[in-house]
Amino acid sequence: MAFALVDCESFYASCERIFRPDLKNVPIVVLSNNDGCVIARSTEAKRMGIAMGVPWFKVRELFLKKNGQVFSSNFTFYGDISARVMNILEGFVPKVEIYSIDEAFLDLDSLKQNYNLYDFGCHIRSLIRQWTGIPVRIGIAPNKTLSKIAINEIKRRNIPTSVLHLLNKNQIRYALRHTPVNKVWGVGRKLNDHLNAAGINTALDLAEISPQNIRKKFSVVLERTVRELRGERCLNIEDSISSKKQIVVSRSFGERVSSLKALKPIVSNFAVRAAEKLRNEKQKCSQVSVFVRTSPFNKNKPQHSDIKTIKLFTPTNDTRDILMAAKKGLLPIFRLGYDYAKAGIILNNFSNELIMQRSLFKDPNEPKENTKFMRYIDQMNTYENQIYFASQNIKRWSPMKQNMTSPKYTTNWYELPKVN
Amino acid sequence: MKVNYIGKISEENLPAIFVPYFLEAVHAGFPSPASDYIESPIDLNKHLIKNGAATFLVRAQGQSMIGSGITNQAVLIVDRSIKPSHNSIVVATIDGEFVCKRLKLKPRMCLMPDNPDYPPIFINHGQELEIVGTVTAAINKF
Repeated sequence: MAFALVDCESFYASCERIFRPDLKNVPIVVLSNNDGCVIARSTEAKRMGIAMGVPWFKVRELFLKKNGQVFSSNFTFYGDISARVMNILEGFVPKVEIYSIDEAFLDLDSLKQNYNLYDFGCHIRSLIRQWTGIPVRIGIAPNKTLSKIAINEIKRRNIPTSVLHLLNKNQIRYALRHTPVNKVWGVGRKLNDHLNAAGINTALDLAEISPQNIRKKFSVVLERTVRELRGERCLNIEDSISSKKQIVVSRSFGERVSSLKALKPIVSNFAVRAAEKLRNEKQKCSQVSVFVRTSPFNKNKPQHSDIKTIKLFTPTNDTRDILMAAKKGLLPIFRLGYDYAKAGIILNNFSNELIMQRSLFKDPNEPKENTKFMRYIDQMNTYENQIYFASQNIKRWSPMKQNMTSPKYTTNWYELPKVN
Repeated sequence: MKVNYIGKISEENLPAIFVPYFLEAVHAGFPSPASDYIESPIDLNKHLIKNGAATFLVRAQGQSMIGSGITNQAVLIVDRSIKPSHNSIVVATIDGEFVCKRLKLKPRMCLMPDNPDYPPIFINHGQELEIVGTVTAAINKF
């Protein structure tokens, strides 16, 4: 009975290296949209002390002086490489849960009883390395929480094969003793403070408390974590065929926004993007939430954050309906006198595009059902945005300020890697 | 009469009713006599790419492989899952650069251009050679 967690090493940085053999052993960082912060670092960059999430301008001089290589994020490329890795994993076992762009859980229960799981892990690792160029770590353990612990152990102990199988009680105990409690899956900063205050500092401390007590003092969720740390299996591999359950489009603004006139087009941009993503998933949604918030770092200024959810009578994926709902949600939560720093659109409550879900009563806001029209717009906007909705602010939508993007090596005919 | 307030009905807690429509339209009339014989058009991907997850396209530069029919600017299909053998055309990295050459394992291992104007590349001590993948096809545009 075991699960494996496959975790791509410094994924974005490793992607950038695939077609740049000259960058072997060179420190690499990848920046967020608009080149704001460092969102990925190669091992060499980590060793230089470049922290995750640090604003680029703060480390730029040091990093470039040491001959580091910087990239703007190239999600088209990373997405393609991720799909290749996941595709390979799906060839090994029938049950794979794609957990994020660079992580997947495998259900190893379907393998033969006497299979050597460590050797199997090494085989997967070398195959992915050869086929895609991406190095992965593989943590094998009785359940998801412990497989995360195994990945942490590979990093902490610097295990050269990058594969670890937590096979028996002693190995698990040893790993838990060396894992700080904040590294346990699902323990955030706040919870970590509470646990530390209660004298729980390592994963082993946490595992030794009775689950019933944890449930009483903390939550059912943490109880589940404790049970998993003790070796039980509470979380199963979720079918990755099941489509997304939520789409979030949200971004911090470059400058503060305090007027509705300026905020509306930004929220419209998010709504348009969210609707595009929704159609891409071949889903419709019946719930649109809008949220706004001021910057928590701006301590001297008045703070406000609010969210409003609009339910749609009939599910839709038409941009015009989503835009309407976004506007309806934004108006009641916007307040004058605040400097907003972030806003976003969340789409929820999905249903399949092909299944029409009619209400017995007439919908007062009958959704547009001209799917062809939306498809044409999507086709025209595939490579670059050409068609806009009137409520969008085109200037804000103009190309992101990023000029260090690598080519779309694997998805664009004109940007293929060159060989001599 | 006593009345107990239970709660209000809003559109939010009205139960949703699922009424599936037909997924396919049914066309009346005489079907095309060819409909049983329609085959999908030839898909080059299907014929040229065996293992999509491990296959990358690269663009060749220069004339060094002209003898194998790889012209300047040809697009090469590189399968990283195929183990190269003696005489395979490979993409390799040497000195931090991608090259496409013919792999020779004997009499002495080298990367051999298919053009007499170019010298073979021998791997010297301390130099690192990594075979990235095997070239399975070249697309030349005229």
